[in-house]
Amino acid sequence: MNIAMLLQMAAETFPERIALTSAGKHYSYSELYSAAQNAAKIFTDSGCKYVSVLDTSSPAIPIALFGAGIAGVPYVPLNYRLSSSELQKLLERVAPVYLITNDEQREQLGGQDIQIIQSTEAFLDSTLAGENTEVEASDGGDAIAVQLFTSGTTGQPKAAILRHENLVSYILGSVEFMGAAEDEANLVTVPPYHIAGISAVLSSFYAGRRVVQLPNFSPDAWLALCESQSISNAFVVPTMLSRVMEHIEGLEIKPALGSLNSVAYGGGKMPINIIKLAIIAFPHVNFTNAYGLTETSSTIAVLGPEDHRVANNSDDSEIHRRLGSVGKPLPSVEIEIRNDEGTVLGHNQSGEIYVRGPQVSGEYIERDAKDGDGWFPTRDAGFLDEEGYLFLSGRADDVIVRGGENISPGEIEEVLMDHENVTDAMVLGIPSDEWGEAVVAVVVLKSGADVHISELQTMVREKLRSSRVPEQILIEPALPYNDMGKLIRREIKALFL
Amino acid sequence: MSLVKPGARLKSIVCDTEAMVIKYSGEAEISCGGEIMIDAKSESPEKGTMNNAFAAGSLVGKRYVDANDTMELLCVKPGTGSLSVGDALLVEKSAKSLPSSD
Repeated sequence: MNIAMLLQMAAETFPERIALTSAGKHYSYSELYSAAQNAAKIFTDSGCKYVSVLDTSSPAIPIALFGAGIAGVPYVPLNYRLSSSELQKLLERVAPVYLITNDEQREQLGGQDIQIIQSTEAFLDSTLAGENTEVEASDGGDAIAVQLFTSGTTGQPKAAILRHENLVSYILGSVEFMGAAEDEANLVTVPPYHIAGISAVLSSFYAGRRVVQLPNFSPDAWLALCESQSISNAFVVPTMLSRVMEHIEGLEIKPALGSLNSVAYGGGKMPINIIKLAIIAFPHVNFTNAYGLTETSSTIAVLGPEDHRVANNSDDSEIHRRLGSVGKPLPSVEIEIRNDEGTVLGHNQSGEIYVRGPQVSGEYIERDAKDGDGWFPTRDAGFLDEEGYLFLSGRADDVIVRGGENISPGEIEEVLMDHENVTDAMVLGIPSDEWGEAVVAVVVLKSGADVHISELQTMVREKLRSSRVPEQILIEPALPYNDMGKLIRREIKALFL
Repeated sequence: MSLVKPGARLKSIVCDTEAMVIKYSGEAEISCGGEIMIDAKSESPEKGTMNNAFAAGSLVGKRYVDANDTMELLCVKPGTGSLSVGDALLVEKSAKSLPSSD
């Protein structure tokens, strides 16, 4: 089944309902479906093998996504923050590409030889204004719908592929068709080249929930749109939520956000103190923590609103700690924790997270990373508690091996964050002649605060054990996060090397 | 009897119902309103007559499954006929409601 079917169903059921609001303009399901069909014809006629959008959010995003789906060519959104040379390398891997971009990016790409290039504006004009050409979607569910270049901490970015059947399985398994009321609106701030940007479009369109795009996030723009567009749903990455909370703290008149019903968050680890603050500030909002990966077509586990309430109000430490978990697997997804030898581990035992299900592609253009039974190794480390709640403890690659002992940076970071003057912390391993790897840390302090390094080391020694004590602790003004709220660990590592 | 695979789109000959095969490969008497459904792309033949035992209707966006969970159809266009495999009615798949996560 083709992803375009999701939009076609919406367009046939509620043709006039507003699907998208972008820069103050509204677009209905039938308008967007007609534009996607027109786009498909343009793509097919161009002879391209890929369709790409290199731009911030606009109606071109859903039109190109579904248009490419109908035309049967992969849609490859590109990160507009990459340098010209990085982009050139990626563009070479998707030639011949139909590239939709803005004038500024076009200039930045310079004289590069891109076969088919179209400005976002002209693309929108020709697809939205053009008379509708009906085009049947190709029905091969195993065709590639979306190709995403992963951020890649080492080496060149990997090209993760999602087939139509992966994305459609995810939507059918997790979203009720037209389950949203007509006045519901989802504020989408995640960048369009990220899996969350793709799944936001697919989920919202199938649910009948209007998408409101915010191309460049800032706390005041986010709050203003929440009010002016009567936003009911929003997805944020942790950094966005902490910036919103910080911004609100400085406001004399606090925004009520009365229409806001649900906030989902994911993309990186949410600091517990931030989510606690948010729950207090917005008691009427339902919070959902979503965990997923590009290779799994987005969400595979959720910590729902009720889980948040129960955990937040519980005195039982086993239950209270679930506020920091990513919840339970979706009904259509299986999760296992395995050790390095591949043995499946029991409750509360930490290892690598494996996932299986129809939405899991686990594939790159170069290779299929799933094992013979369809299990995909996520490279994320974590454990499941007795009730099946999943906890993350970092990337499997981040595990520090000190003198043969496996040390998870997450547990040490938690201890450091417990200090009243520490607002952020990161622990990592650096090469050591004596131990193979040595434990080191970087902490961020509350403004104006001062902390003795030895005090922090003592805390770790007392709460954990001596092998966990960071040999060096640096104090930095901030930790580097990418725009999805993920720590850029290699930048921190460079401080020690 | 017709040969189907996932992604195949079928239409009813007694009502407006259209369904897409989500799970199932092989031959099956996929029917609606008591009459075997045909490829959605084919020209409509003479309209069949509704069998009242299969007239409860099909709802758009609902998934319908057989008793053994070997077949799953997605109703992509609603109609007055009910989906079945031969004489065995398909039942609406109950989905656990999940919080919106994106």
